[in-house]
Amino acid sequence: MSAAPVKSLTRNTASKLRQLHPLPLRIMHWTNAIAIFIMIGSGWKIYDDDVIFGWLHFPDFLTIGKWAQHGLQWHFFGMWIFVLNGLAYLAYGVATGRFRRKLFPISVREILAAVGDALRFRLGHDDLTHYNAVQKILYLGVILAGIVIVISGLALWKPVQFSELAALFGSFQNIRLVHFFCMAAIVGFLLVHISLALLVPQSLVAMLTGGPVVRDDAMPGADAAADVPSTPSR
Amino acid sequence: MALRSRTPSLFRPKRPVDQGVLAEHRTLVADIDRRGVLRGAVSLGALTLLTGCDVTEEEPVQKVLRAVSSWNDGVQEALFRPGHMAPTFSPAQVVKPPRFNAHFDVEDVKPVDGASWKLELAGLIADKRPWTAPQLYALPEQEIIIRHVCVEGWDYIGQWSGPNLRGFLQRVGADLTAKYVYFHCADDYTESIDMAAALHAQTILATRYANEIIADPFGYPLRLRTSTKLGYKNAKWVKAIEVTNTFTETFWSEQGFNWFAGI
Repeated sequence: MSAAPVKSLTRNTASKLRQLHPLPLRIMHWTNAIAIFIMIGSGWKIYDDDVIFGWLHFPDFLTIGKWAQHGLQWHFFGMWIFVLNGLAYLAYGVATGRFRRKLFPISVREILAAVGDALRFRLGHDDLTHYNAVQKILYLGVILAGIVIVISGLALWKPVQFSELAALFGSFQNIRLVHFFCMAAIVGFLLVHISLALLVPQSLVAMLTGGPVVRDDAMPGADAAADVPSTPSR
Repeated sequence: MALRSRTPSLFRPKRPVDQGVLAEHRTLVADIDRRGVLRGAVSLGALTLLTGCDVTEEEPVQKVLRAVSSWNDGVQEALFRPGHMAPTFSPAQVVKPPRFNAHFDVEDVKPVDGASWKLELAGLIADKRPWTAPQLYALPEQEIIIRHVCVEGWDYIGQWSGPNLRGFLQRVGADLTAKYVYFHCADDYTESIDMAAALHAQTILATRYANEIIADPFGYPLRLRTSTKLGYKNAKWVKAIEVTNTFTETFWSEQGFNWFAGI
């Protein structure tokens, strides 16, 4: 659906032209990339000091910091970048309507159809201005993992000062598990995200240069209907 | 917190690299060095190639990371709730014996002779007379069954008893407006906590574990136990308590661990 439906939606009357990825968004994206890199590398170093799974030990060359204390130093440095940038991103996404335009609406039927297409390698990924259902669910999922990893991180850091929060997890080791699985989810997302960015290089270029100019209010509502026919197999 | 030696590797030569080769090609190297862009690219490359292990210990990097760690001390101080109690547990949940942890192995523990041992007092304390073990045992005891959280990630429930630290500091006329309480230990370990943590109701000078006199590996005859700090702040084999306004690095903070270490 390269020709965005012009069906005007009254929700946002001030129809505006802007780049697909406006500058603030690009800055937050790459800041987040650095923060995630620091948090994962240092987190693996901290994990290695007392592994949760006997079979899983992250090799030194994948971790950040020489000893555990350096991993901790990086982790408690990176957390500020990750959290502050993440809050800015969430505020931006809500305030500008980007989340509403890009990630919603999303339906189960749409997801199932898109997953089917994806498995047959027929999922359209060429239109950068439009996220298919699989992308929507992946982006929503990784945002959720980012929120839960911060909440579980707070509970791990302050199980006594935030004992009410920590109690929600049951036990201290459960908090570690939740924190770990959020990391695993984010790493899984990154594998897909980075592979696809490399497979569709114009998406990577767009995140650097801003990409094509799109109508600000053109996406929502109409998407749900417009989306299904846009996937090649249907 | 076992400090392991680095894994031996083919790629880590035992002897330094032959400098002769460098001397021979000095002009070429200097030429490369002049290209600022290239130099920048090399350092960026070093960062992106996940060699954080090598960057971390560089002086400027350590300066930044330690500055953030001190900033985090302040944040933790602000987050601290003096009247908030840590969760407590039932005697059935207590792990016996407690889990051993120190900066050396359990077989290297040097037991303290309780008969000749004395607790020395120093700094901003009015009555600096030392205390013997029987004198301490005669003080009113408080029992806490709390979670021990190690910075490494493990935890266990322990049952500790002994005089409350706040009560003890009041008894000896310590300046409760001072900033820090330092613990000097028989194993040359030093730890310190902020006064707010020292005055917390769940901070005790533990002499017993699960109703028995604390065994040698766990700090006999006296150790600190506070519910509001990570494991390594809970000094074992304490031989002196000092109340002071002067900050000095402690055993682990000197090595880069966070000083406040509040939980």
